[in-house]
Amino acid sequence: MNAHDEDRLKKLLQQALPPVEGDPEPRRDLWPAMLRRLDARPAAPPLRFWAWFDGALLAGLAVFAALLPASIPVFLYYL
Amino acid sequence: MGNGASGLLNAFRQGSPEAFDAAFETLFHQHQRAVYGWILRIVRNPATAEELTVETFWRIYRARDRFQPERGFEGWARRIATRAAFDWLRTARPEAELPAEIPAPAAADPAVSAEIRGKIAQAFQRLAPKLRIAATLAVIEELPHRDVAEALGISVAAVKLRVFRALRSLRKDLQQQGITP
Repeated sequence: MNAHDEDRLKKLLQQALPPVEGDPEPRRDLWPAMLRRLDARPAAPPLRFWAWFDGALLAGLAVFAALLPASIPVFLYYL
Repeated sequence: MGNGASGLLNAFRQGSPEAFDAAFETLFHQHQRAVYGWILRIVRNPATAEELTVETFWRIYRARDRFQPERGFEGWARRIATRAAFDWLRTARPEAELPAEIPAPAAADPAVSAEIRGKIAQAFQRLAPKLRIAATLAVIEELPHRDVAEALGISVAAVKLRVFRALRSLRKDLQQQGITP
């Protein structure tokens, strides 16, 4: 893709999704919603499940990378 | 930054519970508009931007121990807002994000039909969120790469790379639909 193509694509993109103009403001004061959020009891995340799941995923990736070292740049590319 | 602003940030960081609550409310009212505007530029939907503004300040509230007053509040809030928007983009369905309430440009090229513009918008929604955020801020909103890099917590070179990859992916997607940009 050369510079001309890139400029053309950027212009098309701006026509499809025009930039937000000016200095927009919320349609209402959000402080009442903030107070409700602060008063609400935060949902406890299922830490034990995620800790187990994350560990299994990492272990799987490590095994995969050890067996196929050529896949490491692909992983890094998608990080 | 004057002593008043400095005192406010210090109260937010390490004030008594009462001083912290007052500082948080003041910071909320001072910055909600800027945070909302920043998020709106990313998610392009006013209702979602309002929800994410509250989510951002909720994260700010919880992360006050990590706040460094000497580095200022706005950039820190912007990074948290960007992260909140990114998390939302990762989980939202693409059709839920179409900018129904963002008006079309006044100076639209008549050679580009509404159908084509719609397909471009849909193809853009299909990009990976990290590419989409970088392209939205750097290409659509034309913000300086340095500002985008700071908000995303990456280097300027990484921003340029993400923008390049976003445009390349978008071009490929459009070509697969028979549209030659």
